[in-house]
Amino acid sequence: MNMVSEIASAPRSRGASDPAVRMEDVNKWYGSFHALENVNLTVGRGERIVICGPSGSGKSTMIRCINQLETIHSGRIVVDGHDLTAGGKNVDLIRQETGMVFQQFNLFPHMTVLDNCTLAPMKVRGITKAEAEETAMKFLRRVRIPEQAAKYPAQLSGGQQQRVAIARALCMNPKIMLFDEPTSALDPEMVKEVLDTMVDLANEGMTMLCVTHEMGFARSVADRVVFMDRGEILEVATPDAFFDAPQHERTRFFLGQIS
Amino acid sequence: MIRVFGWNEFLVIVVAAQWTIALSAIAFAGGSIGGLLIALMRVSDVRAFRLFATGFIRVFQGTPLLMQLFLVFFGMNISGFAINPWIAATIALALHASAFLGEIWRGCIEAVPKGQREAATALGLRYYHSMRQVVLPQAIRIAVAPTVGFLVQLIKGTSLASIIGFTELTRQGQIINNATFSPFLVFGTVAAIYFLLCWPLSLVARRMETRFSRATAR
Repeated sequence: MNMVSEIASAPRSRGASDPAVRMEDVNKWYGSFHALENVNLTVGRGERIVICGPSGSGKSTMIRCINQLETIHSGRIVVDGHDLTAGGKNVDLIRQETGMVFQQFNLFPHMTVLDNCTLAPMKVRGITKAEAEETAMKFLRRVRIPEQAAKYPAQLSGGQQQRVAIARALCMNPKIMLFDEPTSALDPEMVKEVLDTMVDLANEGMTMLCVTHEMGFARSVADRVVFMDRGEILEVATPDAFFDAPQHERTRFFLGQIS
Repeated sequence: MIRVFGWNEFLVIVVAAQWTIALSAIAFAGGSIGGLLIALMRVSDVRAFRLFATGFIRVFQGTPLLMQLFLVFFGMNISGFAINPWIAATIALALHASAFLGEIWRGCIEAVPKGQREAATALGLRYYHSMRQVVLPQAIRIAVAPTVGFLVQLIKGTSLASIIGFTELTRQGQIINNATFSPFLVFGTVAAIYFLLCWPLSLVARRMETRFSRATAR
């Protein structure tokens, strides 16, 4: 346990002094179910974290706490220097600075791809339609689907939809990107195009927290891999250490099951 | 003394339909505003709002429309306002419509997947914009058919306003019948006019429904 907390709190900042995310003794319950148990994790700027673990282990819950889609019952979460437990204004700020990509894409079905991308920048940041569209096209080109801008989400494949979702989040110029099983709802042949987009993003230095079962992605992209089970962080290690020499028995069991 | 049910009598009934239409329109407009508020309160995070909206809906769904008309009509009288069937009927029907539309629209709002609201929130959109731009436009698509269905109920429901002395289609029919004693002809005409008001609405509802679902198919 000692080793875990040591690595978990190791500062690896690549930018300013504040870490991107700092979680201290975070606890959350659903009724009597202990969803997060004394979670401690510090994520440096520009760091790429992959979170894995069996289903129901609290991975999604943990990253959903970072932008307050879930509230916590005790502990402290500081994102980009803003303490979330202080509530109100800080929560709004954090949501603007973190982008999230969901398993089910959650694109707005009644809007075109372009409108999906321009809505939040216009309504939240108050920029003009022309500016927002320019930014949107820039990011749609980056995820390699500018030609789909006028289409509705239902007219796109799953992989294309998820890339739009990534572009939509990037349009807010987030400092941190949260990925909640972004490839789990995709047909196998579409997983690669989404992972490639995520790799591009990682190479550009984006701070990323990814809940994923794509162990190849974890190995090649992650700076650290976090293993969770039953609401606890059991192990935090570099990919090499994590895959080649897992410390915890439950980590070994998990890795044995998925490989 | 008995008049014959002729062209003039027929026209008098037809003209009275304008009051049915006016009453329905005002009640529906009021009910839309009230219904939206009730629906938003029903799905609110604030417990007090939810409880109030639930209570409001229970009361209006659990009592006959006629009693609601009576209570507003005589209630206004007791509280010192002049007896005015127009105002009483409008208020009662608008409240009635608020409760029913509120409950219908609550269902439509809840039918929009939770992830839509979450995606909007994660993008930094606050309550107003996430409702206005994301949730409600999708809820409306689902709401069209049941809303028009309720509007048809409401138009037929306005006939009860005749009992508190509001002269609309039904009441005019009664008046003409008292003079002509041709109940089958008179009420047949009245019923036919109600049908002509309601049936096209059902057709419009069906057309709007297909148009909406084509534009926003998932």
